[in-house]
Amino acid sequence: MTSAIRDDALARTLPRAALEEWLRRKGKWLIILPPLLFLLVFFLIPFGFALSISFADTALRVPPFTDILSVSPDWHIHLTLNLGNFKYLFTDEVYGLSYLYSLKTAFFSTLICLALGYPMAYAIARTSKSTQSVLLLIIILPFWTSFLLRVYALEGIIRETGLLNTALLWLGMIDHPLQIMRTTLAVYLGIIYSYLPFMVLPLFATLEKLDHSLLEAAADLGSPPWRTFIDVTLPLSMPGVIAGSMLVFIPAIGEFVIPTLLGGPDNLMIGRVLWDEFFGNRDWPVASAVAIAFLVLLVGPIALYQHYNTKQLES
Amino acid sequence: MENRISPFLITILCIGIAILYIPILVLIGYSFNASSLVSVWGGFSTAWYTQLVHNDQILDAAWLSLKIGVVVSTGSVILGTLAAISLVRFKIFRGRLLLTGMVNAPLVMPEIITGITQLLLFISMLHLFGWPHRGFTTIVIAHIAFCSAYVTVTVQSRLASADRSLEEAAMDLGSGPVRAFIDTTLPAIAPALASSWLLSFTLSLDDLVISSFVSGPGASTLPMVIFSKVKLGVSPDVNALASLVICLVGVCVLFAGHLMRRAERQRVLDAQMAER
Repeated sequence: MTSAIRDDALARTLPRAALEEWLRRKGKWLIILPPLLFLLVFFLIPFGFALSISFADTALRVPPFTDILSVSPDWHIHLTLNLGNFKYLFTDEVYGLSYLYSLKTAFFSTLICLALGYPMAYAIARTSKSTQSVLLLIIILPFWTSFLLRVYALEGIIRETGLLNTALLWLGMIDHPLQIMRTTLAVYLGIIYSYLPFMVLPLFATLEKLDHSLLEAAADLGSPPWRTFIDVTLPLSMPGVIAGSMLVFIPAIGEFVIPTLLGGPDNLMIGRVLWDEFFGNRDWPVASAVAIAFLVLLVGPIALYQHYNTKQLES
Repeated sequence: MENRISPFLITILCIGIAILYIPILVLIGYSFNASSLVSVWGGFSTAWYTQLVHNDQILDAAWLSLKIGVVVSTGSVILGTLAAISLVRFKIFRGRLLLTGMVNAPLVMPEIITGITQLLLFISMLHLFGWPHRGFTTIVIAHIAFCSAYVTVTVQSRLASADRSLEEAAMDLGSGPVRAFIDTTLPAIAPALASSWLLSFTLSLDDLVISSFVSGPGASTLPMVIFSKVKLGVSPDVNALASLVICLVGVCVLFAGHLMRRAERQRVLDAQMAER
């Protein structure tokens, strides 16, 4: 009798105990799975779709490309890979040229950002803690402000009747307005202006942690300041230099807004080509092929960034 | 170390800050220009702001962007925080490397590539399952994918530095792990959650490229409307609109920064109290 009651009680607690046991062992998956699945489906798998569509053909239907996998009536699965899109990238030189042009533009803008951003970050790192937080806020604020609006604001300065030309004319330094808009110079100015905070912030993060006793030791041993900078400061701040450079370089290659709004017809960057291919020509397989080829070429810089970033996070 | 900054460095710092701020300040200044010629100063006026209120296209776009922003930042904080907890608390699990990669990649991936790949996914999904139709839903999903990455990075560092002894004490006193986390660690990371909500909101509000790709007919966000106007050149009503958006974003960022700083001060204070 008593044992029957005990069994009954046990039976009633069993599901609860089992649930608790299950939660204890597997409960962490309730936390891990939602973000993992979401990012898998909506961030990673899309790259797979782009890859498969880059092997498809254009077709007059919705969606405007053929399926690369097809099932014939006798249940054989056919995989049709069309390499034509990738071949096309090499035959039509606009893709190669625009990629090289983007690479060049991104490279030189990164160098200029570094030349301007390094002294800025160095100066901020040298100020007192309270000044530092104010200066950082000043740098961070434009970092979060809309690119589109900031590029638009820059247009107000550099266009023919903008502030820069008005001021220079008034000062008598020029006779007629400078043509900056729709030139390569405007694209450079736009990228430097937009991405400067991306350079300063990681540089500051490494320069702030710099061990000042090393600098003092170098000075005590008779090293002149410029020598100390090259021998001690620069090598120690390399992680920041790389992180900052990649944060400017990678998005600058793919930049679309700046060459479209500030550049002329010659400033054909890869982002613009992609945009036109999608919205203008509606040739999605070729556009996917451009995107995939572009991504493959970015893997190196992205891996470099991740490497230095994780190293910095660990230290 | 504070008084050894050379004049050279100070000059460059000032030039850099001037470059960052002069265009924005000039833009805000000209938004109060009475003249419709954008280069001539015709006296102070708020006419362009009043005109905005009567522009239905802009009002609709602003309302859509705000709705998207609220849903996106809430969703991103939830997903991003779960990812941060996974990465900080569960050291070993299958898929950890995958998750780490997927929360870091959106931060450096050019927007145009993310946008194109997501558009292709949505189109194929619509073709296969009849869902989702391009518009509000697809923009929200695409924005959450990159905003949650920012949330994870912010919350991750805060969570890693959070003191776990309180949580362990709560568990010793009989709380379950979830209860203990909610009672002790959650309040400690709350400022990071609030500030990452605000930052996600500004990211979503500002995004042009990804929205343009994944949006469909009839769903134009504020940046998309601004972009189509800006392509035609500088105009005074865009100046007014841009000034409003910049001020809204500025307030969000300043408030987020304030929350983080206050939390940091509190943490330092608590640590000092604990040492005594």
